[in-house]
Amino acid sequence: MAATSRTPGTITGNRGLQIEEPLIFEQGTAGRTGVDLAEPVPREDRLGGLAREGEIGLPGLSEPEVMRHFMRLSQKNFAIDSGFYPLGSCTMKHNPRLNERLARLPGLADLHPMQPEATVQGALELIDSLARWLKVLTGMEAVALSPAAGAQGELCGMMCIRAALEAKGDARRRVLVPESAHGTNPATAAACGYDIDAVANNARGRVDLAAVKAKLGDDVAGIMLTNPNTCGLFEDEILEIAEAVHEVGAYFYCDGANFNAIVGKVRPGDLGIDAMHLNLHKTFSTPHGGGGPGSGPVVLSGGLAPFAPLPFVVHGKEGFRLVEHRGRSEDEGLSAIGRLKGFHGQMGMFVRALAYMMSHGADGLRQVAEDAVLNANYLLAGLKDVLTVSYPGPCMHEVLFDDGFLEDTGVSTLDFAKALIDEGFHPTTIYFPLVVHGAMLMEPTETESKASLDQFIATVRGLAAGARSGDAAKFHDAPKLTPRRRLDETGAARHPVLRWRPAPDKAAE
Amino acid sequence: MSEMKFSDEHEWIRLDGDIGTVGITDYAQEQLGDVVYVELPEIGKQVKSGDEMAVVESVKAASEVYAPVSGEVTEVNETLSDAPETVNADALGAGWFVKIRLGDPSELDKLMDEAAYSAFTAGLG
Repeated sequence: MAATSRTPGTITGNRGLQIEEPLIFEQGTAGRTGVDLAEPVPREDRLGGLAREGEIGLPGLSEPEVMRHFMRLSQKNFAIDSGFYPLGSCTMKHNPRLNERLARLPGLADLHPMQPEATVQGALELIDSLARWLKVLTGMEAVALSPAAGAQGELCGMMCIRAALEAKGDARRRVLVPESAHGTNPATAAACGYDIDAVANNARGRVDLAAVKAKLGDDVAGIMLTNPNTCGLFEDEILEIAEAVHEVGAYFYCDGANFNAIVGKVRPGDLGIDAMHLNLHKTFSTPHGGGGPGSGPVVLSGGLAPFAPLPFVVHGKEGFRLVEHRGRSEDEGLSAIGRLKGFHGQMGMFVRALAYMMSHGADGLRQVAEDAVLNANYLLAGLKDVLTVSYPGPCMHEVLFDDGFLEDTGVSTLDFAKALIDEGFHPTTIYFPLVVHGAMLMEPTETESKASLDQFIATVRGLAAGARSGDAAKFHDAPKLTPRRRLDETGAARHPVLRWRPAPDKAAE
Repeated sequence: MSEMKFSDEHEWIRLDGDIGTVGITDYAQEQLGDVVYVELPEIGKQVKSGDEMAVVESVKAASEVYAPVSGEVTEVNETLSDAPETVNADALGAGWFVKIRLGDPSELDKLMDEAAYSAFTAGLG
């Protein structure tokens, strides 16, 4: 193996301007502070003997030290704002600054969810407009806006399906889930009390219609299917699947995580779908994760609409109104499954998603889907002769490769992904979906330029050539240029350290 | 002890009297990669052939382990909870999962012998 040290060999231990940063608890001096507060006036002790006896060990840092600490941590983060992030099935697209500007308008940002309705008519109208456009785009009858993310949206949809079946006195046991599904699908169905029955893919990377039909029966509550699926392919027998599912009285749940590929082009309502979540943090460009929160509204067919969770906005005599409790009619939430989340959902995400929709317009959203598919096919065309394409193209918004091209090189998909980090890219999704060996799933999204796609293609081609030329050691060593080298994932899983503790010598003090 | 038999879900079983020792195959542990966690059934549990019996989790994936035969779980390999790496090190020996008292020994006839299993995994590519 090459003689590469795990430390950079500098006096400070820093890698140039990438500065080593200890945990905040390992810094500072007790008693140092960034604020100048007056000594507290002694008061009568009313703690009844519960007063703290020892030190609580808060780190003592000045304001500039605190600033540097968090700035350095933030610089170790890789985000869509820092570079190409081709994480398949995640739709890591640019979050337009216009969304952010509008979400920060004081009239929206400074609202309190418990303000009287008369004082928040604009916000309620915004929620109502978002609901309307989501229904238009999907061709569905109703939408539940409150779910906090895709997985909660799935749960919401499956709970509505369960409620609809139980209302008919027809409790059922099984939910069909394709082998290529997102892991959340079977998890959701199981959390909802159903048994999971896996459906095989066919040789074309799609759900096998005959296998679906063979598994259908009057104990099947529904199927959970993703379209386009996680192989980046359109489920071209979806109408036949929907028909077969409905024939046995079951419902069709669609995982809408990949709606980005078809927004403005295909209406899920026309495909026979009964419920589908929309990840506002994917298709509708609101931030993911740490910049989030996520948001996972669920669109519902007419049959499931009465079961939509509370609250929802209605248009009353005196303007917009929130239905927050079960009322006496279906319009007032009589059959609602209840409440899934505190307050009204992720309001800040509603603002951003509506800003995105209105700034793009119908033609713009259609172009989003077209460009997302075009970019993925550009990657496919640029890489198909050096990587192993799992299923023949064209693909939809993401392209799936497997590790056939690495056979006998001693390099694994994981090694290849780590090498991408040294080249300045976030790795692709790896080892998912499970239906191919050593998967690499790439989703460029529509917001990448041709220049950035070309640079990525050239890099992957270079790495593939390196792997095949026998330079396995370089891959096993990667990443070399990061603040930390290859993490010991096995050690972390087998012997997790879940709590920071002071170094032994300090603890002894 | 009898010869080792194999299922198409990559479990092995070896019979000793009416007790079968069950584990996952070397091919299975290699496909999984580093095993980090094993969930074992309760002793006394009745399993049917094809039932989900245990869960094995690796850095890459979590997979179900199915009972290759029907019967009662009489013993589980407690050492796997502290040392799941045993599955990687010795899948066909010290890395065994459970012992099952067979309800119907004729079920073994439906399983593959070593040669048939080798041919089966070779076909998986």
